[in-house]
Amino acid sequence: MAAEAAADPKAALERRLGRRDLLAGVVSVATLVMVRPAVARPSLDAAVALFAGGREVQPGRVRFDIPPLVENGNAVGVAITVDSPMTEADHVKRIALFNEKNPQADMALFHLGPRAGRAAVSTRVRLATSQTVVALAEMSDGSVWSSSANVVVTLAACIEDLL
Amino acid sequence: MRSIVNVPKTARAGEVIEIKTMIAHPMETGYRTGTNGATIPRNIISRFVCTYDGEEVFSAELFPAIAANPLIAFTTVAVQTGTLTFAWTDDSGVTETTTAEITVI
Repeated sequence: MAAEAAADPKAALERRLGRRDLLAGVVSVATLVMVRPAVARPSLDAAVALFAGGREVQPGRVRFDIPPLVENGNAVGVAITVDSPMTEADHVKRIALFNEKNPQADMALFHLGPRAGRAAVSTRVRLATSQTVVALAEMSDGSVWSSSANVVVTLAACIEDLL
Repeated sequence: MRSIVNVPKTARAGEVIEIKTMIAHPMETGYRTGTNGATIPRNIISRFVCTYDGEEVFSAELFPAIAANPLIAFTTVAVQTGTLTFAWTDDSGVTETTTAEITVI
């Protein structure tokens, strides 16, 4: 046996490499399975489609202010302003915020009416990682408008463990 | 729970006023694990309502993606002298209510 391995060292090396590659593959697959969140969340597109309820989501009319680069994902200031006269006949009914990569797609849902005067809300959100965030507005005529932003996060939020 | 609301004391009739609200709350997401390895149960403020003389003018549904000590700023039209009531409800069913008076001139 030893003589055979010595006679063909290249083949023996390939066999060993093959086994090692296989082992590395198993480890990386196991890591992927562990890292995946326990409960699957809907994708960003699915969450947006659910909010729109079959209506077409049009880009525009929504101004979404969120910093493009944030150091701390634990509190990111966001402001949403919608271009609307806010009258009884034409106003914003709902404003929603969805994200791409947090454990949960929903972030906030605001209910407004003509008594708001202006369609402007602001709050602070958590971002688990660098991702796309979408702001949607549903008008009283049923149309749905959107604005999205890409945010780069250097310190994550939401899923970190306590020290 | 301690809360702060910022409402102008006086406003002209029909003026759009900005209201800022904040409440002290950990907004525990339910996605974190404690030192013993067990998941820390979710406890967030899930609902916020603002009423103006009893009529709802603004409300919000919040999810774990809202930062601790949630800040919500919005606007309303000053229609009459009256009371604005703010109510935050968390997962444990506790509702914190605070009010602010506004004089319309």
